[in-house]
Amino acid sequence: MSSGRITPRMRPAKERICDFEEVSLGYTEEEAVAEASRCLLCGACVKGCPVGIDIPGFIKAIQEKDFKRGYQIIKKNNLLPAICGRVCPQETQCEAMCILGKKGDPINIGALERFLADHYADESIPRINENGHKAAVVGSGPGGLTAAFELRRAGFQVTVYEALHELGGVLKYGIPGFRLPDDVVDREIETLKKMGVEFLTSFLIGKTLTIDELLQKNDAVLIATGAGLPGYLGIPGENGIGVLLANELLTRVNLMKAYDFPRYDTPVISGKKIVVIGGGNVAMDTARVSRRMGADVVICYRREEKDMPARLEERHHAKEEGIDFQVLTNPVEILLNDEGRVRGMVVERMKITGVADDGRSRIASTKETFEMETDLVVEAIGQSPNKIIRENVEKLEFDKKGRIVVDENLKTTKDNVWAAGDIVSGAATVILAMGEAKEAARAIVEKFGG
Amino acid sequence: MRNTIVSKENLSEDVCSFIVEHPEIASHYEPGQFVIVRVHEKGERIPLTIVDADPEKGTIRLVVQGVGLTSKLMNQMKAGDRLIDLLGPLGRPFHFPADAKKGLFVGGGLGIAPLYPKVKHFEGERHVTLGAKDASHLILQKEMKAASFRLTLCTDDGSLGEKGLVTHAMQRLFDSGESFDFCVAIGPLVMMKAVVEANKALGLPTFVSLNPIMVDGTGMCGGCRFEYDGEVKFACVDGPVFDGFKVNFHDLLVRSRQYEKHECRALEHYREKKSKKESL
Ligand SMILES: Cc1cc2nc3c(=O)[nH]c(=O)nc-3n(C[C@H](O)[C@H](O)[C@H](O)COP(=O)(O)OP(=O)(O)OC[C@H]3O[C@@H](n4cnc5c(N)ncnc54)[C@H](O)[C@@H]3O)c2cc1C
Ligand SMILES: Cc1cc2nc3c(=O)[nH]c(=O)nc-3n(C[C@H](O)[C@H](O)[C@H](O)COP(=O)(O)OP(=O)(O)OC[C@H]3O[C@@H](n4cnc5c(N)ncnc54)[C@H](O)[C@@H]3O)c2cc1C
Ligand code: SF4
Ligand code: SF4
Ligand code: FES
Repeated sequence: MSSGRITPRMRPAKERICDFEEVSLGYTEEEAVAEASRCLLCGACVKGCPVGIDIPGFIKAIQEKDFKRGYQIIKKNNLLPAICGRVCPQETQCEAMCILGKKGDPINIGALERFLADHYADESIPRINENGHKAAVVGSGPGGLTAAFELRRAGFQVTVYEALHELGGVLKYGIPGFRLPDDVVDREIETLKKMGVEFLTSFLIGKTLTIDELLQKNDAVLIATGAGLPGYLGIPGENGIGVLLANELLTRVNLMKAYDFPRYDTPVISGKKIVVIGGGNVAMDTARVSRRMGADVVICYRREEKDMPARLEERHHAKEEGIDFQVLTNPVEILLNDEGRVRGMVVERMKITGVADDGRSRIASTKETFEMETDLVVEAIGQSPNKIIRENVEKLEFDKKGRIVVDENLKTTKDNVWAAGDIVSGAATVILAMGEAKEAARAIVEKFGG
Repeated sequence: MRNTIVSKENLSEDVCSFIVEHPEIASHYEPGQFVIVRVHEKGERIPLTIVDADPEKGTIRLVVQGVGLTSKLMNQMKAGDRLIDLLGPLGRPFHFPADAKKGLFVGGGLGIAPLYPKVKHFEGERHVTLGAKDASHLILQKEMKAASFRLTLCTDDGSLGEKGLVTHAMQRLFDSGESFDFCVAIGPLVMMKAVVEANKALGLPTFVSLNPIMVDGTGMCGGCRFEYDGEVKFACVDGPVFDGFKVNFHDLLVRSRQYEKHECRALEHYREKKSKKESL
């Protein structure tokens, strides 16, 4: 057996850029066992996992081919392993701490987690002893779903309110199906429904009902509304035809299925040469979605590739799919033609001037500019919390960035209201949102009794 | 049940009025707000103004002009059918300037429906000027007549009221010595732009209700953005009603054409599908 890391099989780039099917095929049993057998079972990785999964525990179970046990071990700390196995930034979390990574390749913890979740998930429903209390969860992203699970399991009657017409938050409207198929998310939601969690879609809290009204009907309210407000550059030409914010493109394609227009009624504007601005997961997803819509795609990023916040695997995949990375470039103006359509973009070249405190490159303009040819520009430069709750509630404190202020138990400044996920931490990760939601649910259960 | 169409009335050839059940929207609605609807599983999300609400019955009223695929599909629905999705009330409520006693309300075409709740909720003297391409497109005449102090109608072809544009009718009002505390103008972008330009010269404060293309309607996609007083605003959460003097109409006019080709294709596709079905 080789001692190197085993990467799950991927569909060839040429094939996958023609559809929205999943890129990674996942491990076979043989591959999973072989990868697991490289593990020293030392446990160094556990502190890298925000929810503290017993990683050596489940890997040992794989070594012993006791897959069901392996799944149960993960499930103790993580409600959504099929999702986290696919989308966690493992290289900065669990795998960053893996002892094997010091000299060679860390264990592919995410792929092993996904393997167990895809094949050995146990669909049984936990037994629930009703505690007579009611809780409302606002938002159905990973934070809201986790909180709903924990509260329901403790016996609360739980209602989840979601603004969009689909459940799942970013897992559905943001992260594309070729990275996280819809049915993986739907399976988890089905389990919650079977447990008796009630879901109300097209309910915008703050407008359709207020937080105060939810408090009249519930003992506790947990806010997990994420960070859905897109930022924009503020450069000339930004409101022309053919300039989109990433959320619009992703929502049209992922949520409204614009890739299947006109079988689905929602269209999306297309281009021949698309420039995506940014270097995070949102930028990478936008670029790869655009590629699948048949365009040549360029990513325009201010710093160096190593500074990109996007998952490593996604950067790899993007390059395989023929996406051109133009690093150290900073957009200064979008050029429009007489009809107001994008015809190009002026960018300035950046240079590295040192290293910032967070380890990323410090950059400055070289003052040298050049023109990029493009007919569609998509901005993916960061997200912040939406204002709707903030504008329609009293006694709830927000910080300058629009995040809800909470104490160490994720309790807000308003009685009986807790908050978790991106609305508390700013745009972060799936697993962090889940970890916080679990903490908040625990605090609620502690207050009202399980 | 929520989203059920309680009743439907045909106002003209392609304009229908719906009473739809949704107790929460009905009880939270304030004038100026709108909803987003989807009519079927694969459908698009489209914004519609809440024309009226009855909190006691738990219903809202929507008036829809069939201009493209989704609005036409909605107009084929009947009492008893259910909208697959209905989200609202969205946007900020609209408030009249304090102490305003006399208001001029100008509506054009599709803007007549969203203008109606504004007329109705103003407590001072209501002067209403409406325009459309012909008599059959001049909707809500009965309601507007009942709600207004003075109603002026005009059509492009002269088939009803004065022949000509609303701006001409307004000019005649001003020339006759009438003056107003404010104006609310809702209609096609070019109309709102013309009204704003005319009123700017007179210093008459003018509010417009914008109708850019929207997707989520909750401030999440940025598709409805435009320039306002040098800043970027999202029409769905910062509006839809704005001070007309500060709106960059050029931005809006350009962006409103973004999906022209797709819209035609969607309708063609639907017609092809339908004719195939019919020929079976
Ligand atoms: C394109 C993209 C790719 C990403 N890729 C990754 C990745 O690979 N790995 C990773 O770990 N993280 C990734 N992230 C980040 C991750 O998805 C988020 O950190 C995570 O989803 C946050 O979860 P949440 O539950 O706090 O909020 P969200 O997932 O944002 O869910 C919030 C939900 O609340 C709803 N809502 C908002 N306001 C209201 C209201 N007033 N009333 C009712 N409902 C409301 C929203 O519609 C939404 O459904 C990505 C994010 C994006 C946008
Ligand atoms: C806040 C707001 C309130 C509105 N209130 C009403 C109302 O009370 N009654 C009514 O009949 N219409 C109203 N509209 C317009 C209505 O949303 C559009 O007519 C509808 O979306 C068209 O969709 P479609 O699929 O039928 O047509 P499409 O084929 O998509 O388009 C046909 C025409 O409508 C325009 N259009 C397309 N999509 C939109 C969109 N999402 N928003 C605005 N215009 C669009 C296009 O530029 C085109 O000219 C309102 C729009 C907004 C933004
Ligand atoms: S949940 Fe995420 S961080 Fe934790 S072990 Fe799994 S992949 Fe690693
Ligand atoms: S640190 Fe690496 S080798 Fe050690 S238990 Fe974790 S995965 Fe296995
Ligand atoms: S419609 Fe999406 S932000 Fe306004």
